[in-house]
Amino acid sequence: MSEQLIIQLIVSGLGMGFIFALIAIGLTLIYGVMNVVNFAHGEFLMLGMYASYLAYATWGADPLVTLPFVAAAMFLFGLMVYYLLIRKVLTGSMQSQIFATFGLMVFLQALAQFFMGADYFAVQNSYLSGVITLGGVILPVPQVAALVGSSLATLVLYGLVFRTGVGRQLRAASQDAQAASTLGINASGMYALAWGIGSACVGVAASLLSNFYYVFPRVGAIFVLLAYVAVALGGFGSIHGALVAGLLIGLLQVASGFFISSELKFVPVYMLYLIVVLLRPRGLFGKM
Amino acid sequence: MSRKRFRMPKLGYASAIAIAMVGLAFGPASAADPVKVGALYPLSGQVAKSGEDTLNGIRLAIDIVNNRHADLKMPFAAGEGLPGLGGAKIELIAADHQGSPEIGAAEAERLIVQRKVAALIGAFHSSVAATSSQVAERMGTPYISGESEASTLTERGYKWFFRTTPSSRTQARDFFTFLRDINKSQNAGVKTIAVVHENTLWGQEFQKSVEGYFKEFSEFKPAIMVGYQQGTADVTSEVQKLIAAKPDVVFHASYDAEAILFARTYKQFNFNPRAVLAIGAAFGSSAFRDALGPDANYFFVREHWSRDLASRNPLVGQVGKMYRDRYGKDMDGTPARAFTAMMVLADALNRAGSTEPEKIRAALAATKIAPSDMIMPWEGVAFDKTGQNTLTRGIFVQTLDGVPKMTWPADQAAAKLVFPRPAWR
Repeated sequence: MSEQLIIQLIVSGLGMGFIFALIAIGLTLIYGVMNVVNFAHGEFLMLGMYASYLAYATWGADPLVTLPFVAAAMFLFGLMVYYLLIRKVLTGSMQSQIFATFGLMVFLQALAQFFMGADYFAVQNSYLSGVITLGGVILPVPQVAALVGSSLATLVLYGLVFRTGVGRQLRAASQDAQAASTLGINASGMYALAWGIGSACVGVAASLLSNFYYVFPRVGAIFVLLAYVAVALGGFGSIHGALVAGLLIGLLQVASGFFISSELKFVPVYMLYLIVVLLRPRGLFGKM
Repeated sequence: MSRKRFRMPKLGYASAIAIAMVGLAFGPASAADPVKVGALYPLSGQVAKSGEDTLNGIRLAIDIVNNRHADLKMPFAAGEGLPGLGGAKIELIAADHQGSPEIGAAEAERLIVQRKVAALIGAFHSSVAATSSQVAERMGTPYISGESEASTLTERGYKWFFRTTPSSRTQARDFFTFLRDINKSQNAGVKTIAVVHENTLWGQEFQKSVEGYFKEFSEFKPAIMVGYQQGTADVTSEVQKLIAAKPDVVFHASYDAEAILFARTYKQFNFNPRAVLAIGAAFGSSAFRDALGPDANYFFVREHWSRDLASRNPLVGQVGKMYRDRYGKDMDGTPARAFTAMMVLADALNRAGSTEPEKIRAALAATKIAPSDMIMPWEGVAFDKTGQNTLTRGIFVQTLDGVPKMTWPADQAAAKLVFPRPAWR
């Protein structure tokens, strides 16, 4: 057991952790602002990955180059989903909201399978491929990029939500939509913004992921299941919580995969989740 | 009442006479009556396409038996029908089991009882072969399988079940014969073996089979067994374990998605064992080759059959072309094996010279087919007392310059194998 190996495992764990965190932040933002769980979140990721791949396959555009465009496109897609679907079911029951996003999930998966087939597609030789060797530690560039890119995106998001006027309005709408409306904040606009930003986060994650992961219609489930755990673990609606929980999950799955058994690598993750939920039902950073 | 009583025997006589007449009319010609063979395949549902492709292999075999194909140097090709049965043709009755073991069993019973088939062939899914062959066993009907691989099928002590394809267990054996052979021919000095496998039944069975062969091939030692769950987001920890264990070669049982992920991660961490040998097609699939480009080279995949075999065996080219002309699609290992099973059954029917089940069974048990009479790269077909063909042999295909090429066994190879793997670019 060498230090190099430990550093390698930590880098991999953080790389995946930031990806989980970025997906989870999008999810928790939407939930925090309007109490709707987006069950189609994984499929948003899938769409983003297809967008990156198709841009690469058609124009040879590197995922790094198309990242801002994919993020912007996903922002618009989030707005569209809000205005065309979510706004209509907001007045309905809780169940109809769940089924609306669940239905969207099934629909998007079927759509992808119809147009792209069930095959696996992957970007080859992107700018961010290869490895950096630092003092005997091999750092895969895509994972380092995921680490850097996701942490930058998280930072930007933090700035936006906690340091700007729009962020204040967003938080106000999430705390009390009615009171916010009374004070002249356009609550519906804030909801739309949350969907937009949440989807854009997934777009960034999708671009970073497509440097090293393949896309297929069900790719979303692989990542988003852990993102749901991150949201619940960190506390519903808490951005800090999603970030910390995402990193924790990333590190824990790499460590348990190496030290315990790769067949059981998610068991400690879910066990941690159960323990936290049992001892602290609102999650690590959740509001009461 | 009395009238009815009076007429009943009359009706009985009438039908007896009718049956006798039918017997008289068709009796002497009965030798040339078609022999009915029931085929159980998934023709609807998720794997309908594969089921249809496989059944087409059987259709092609029957066509070769039934019709004259003067240019094909294969048993039954030159004549029409089965000479041992007075030139009787084979009639195929296909049934759709939809991939369901229950439907498979019901259809087997229907084919035997209502359609009076002389033998059954099937069933693609091992699970369906298990239930339908159980029905055949109970009713005393010969059953042959050309592509259902689960080892347990021939471990049940059945009297009426025969299998031409290698089982999962014997496929694992090919990996060792391959390594023993290149250790000898190339002085490769391979000693330690790691197994990476997904942990559903398929991967686990492969891993267990490999472990079981270390005794017989005692020059090899297991380095590490790495099982993983399908649908994993990254395999860093798995690959780090392999790096720490430093195996000479890695055996892989993975599906498409993880095959891509493992290959990429191997490259990232510059993990380069002397060879990676895979069961199942994932490490040579087009998705794999498209996703990895030149990095897809040098992986070995154990296959049943390859069109490259045509370079040494003209039958492969001829049959492959007939398949392509008829069904608009290239033949692959599964239809090729189903085709072979049907030819073996035809051979047994011919030698039995009868449609009596016991005679067909005895003929199947005495099967002895030479490698030159078939399209598989096997040493022939002969069944042991469990009904398993003992003369099977796998081939290894290696992707070279982006194209999968048959490279082993050397006497049938289409290209020279590359061993050990060159360094990652």
